[in-house]
Amino acid sequence: MLNDPKNYKENVKAYQPKVPYFMNCFKAFLVGGLISLIGQGVQTFYMHVFHFSKQTAGNPTVATLILASALLTGFGIYDKIANFAGAGTIVPVTGFANSITSSALEHKNEGVVLGIATNLFQLAGEVIVFGVVSAAVLGIVRLFIEHLF
Amino acid sequence: MSKVRKQTWRFDQPIYLGATGTVVGPLEARGPLSASFDKCYEHLHCGQKSWTEAERALLRRSISFCLAKAGKAEGDIDLFLAGDLMDQTVTSNFIARENRIPFLGMFGACSSSMETLATGAMLVDSGFADNVLCAVSSHNATAERQFRYPTEYGGPTKLTQTFTVTGAGAALLTKEPGKVKVKEATIGRVIDWGINDAANLGTAMAPAAADTIWTHFQDTGRTPDDYDLVVTGDLSGVGSPILDEILLEKGLDISSIHQDCGTMIYTSDQPVSAGGSGCACSAVVTYGYLFNRLAEGSLKRVLVVATGALLNSSTPKEKDTIPCIAHAVLLESAKEG
Repeated sequence: MLNDPKNYKENVKAYQPKVPYFMNCFKAFLVGGLISLIGQGVQTFYMHVFHFSKQTAGNPTVATLILASALLTGFGIYDKIANFAGAGTIVPVTGFANSITSSALEHKNEGVVLGIATNLFQLAGEVIVFGVVSAAVLGIVRLFIEHLF
Repeated sequence: MSKVRKQTWRFDQPIYLGATGTVVGPLEARGPLSASFDKCYEHLHCGQKSWTEAERALLRRSISFCLAKAGKAEGDIDLFLAGDLMDQTVTSNFIARENRIPFLGMFGACSSSMETLATGAMLVDSGFADNVLCAVSSHNATAERQFRYPTEYGGPTKLTQTFTVTGAGAALLTKEPGKVKVKEATIGRVIDWGINDAANLGTAMAPAAADTIWTHFQDTGRTPDDYDLVVTGDLSGVGSPILDEILLEKGLDISSIHQDCGTMIYTSDQPVSAGGSGCACSAVVTYGYLFNRLAEGSLKRVLVVATGALLNSSTPKEKDTIPCIAHAVLLESAKEG
């Protein structure tokens, strides 16, 4: 019974396409894992060729992935991969880079200051806010636990 | 002109769609209706530097096609009615700045196509104007940017989501005899049945379309058998079956004559999720494909029901539900027999 404005939202669910959760998870696992594998390869490369330690190789590895993601975004390829991969491309650092690069591209017509600079963290802002806040909260929790025991 | 019951206008004098102009972007060009459009752009930028410029180019071009086919100059037009999806309908405003025709900007979201056409026909019928130019535009990238995410942002698309059509459609309304008549218009009410998912506008808009179609049949006393087609604007593959079901429950079966512009304009294997949407969706299908079919007489009577979701990008985040509207215009072939 759809002719019931009060319960329409509930009753219309039977007419909605089924979300392929399993397939989405599988694709995200595949592509997310692939990006991690590439990251591992890059890290190993920096360790063996440029003699970084395991700890110090992290920074150039992340920078490389960010650069690759930004370039793919600029060439209009990243969003196509992401449309297939879903969470697989959003969760790794490449997704963060894509959100910043795409915002910059979108607003470049409005100028460097008011366009690009103002909107650069339009989408990434939430990640930074929650990242910083949750790190601070966890830091305080850890401090308490260490002092108690 | 006469009012039929509360919501339907019947134009007593013959009013014609004198000529139309349609332009589309690259994805629409690869759809099944591409042959019915005047111009298909190869690239989403349409030869311009920015997306906003590109949308203006589409609207400008559709108008020039329309006027050229009608053999009219901008100075011959009494009124320009236009709408689009941009904030403050800037695309229409900026084109009106160029053509200098007396201008009424209109906004009904994706229902703007039939909102401008119905209003234009009413103005011609009442004698306030002899030639009225109605036009609307939408562009995938400008709409994405305004309502969703930056164009190159990589995020998954929901199955219920629609894909904004890149294009523009223009139509000239006149009393000079032509091939397609505008006979009636049914003005819709704003309907909100509590959907608040901006990625599921087909489901949100189906009740509004049902209300207008139901009212049109009640007002005119006709049955679905009297129509060759009832075409909705952009309910997509998700909203269309819902509309059919809502009307069927009320005892009106339009399923055999109902089609949706959003599913007509693309093939099922194109990457558009549930189908096309946007002001241009109903405009280019109506002024391109349907106009041609009506002009040649292979369709006799078509009800075009353009649907619009009257939200902005903030209202869903503010947890508000989506008010929707649908306006219907009845088009008939002027060809005898």
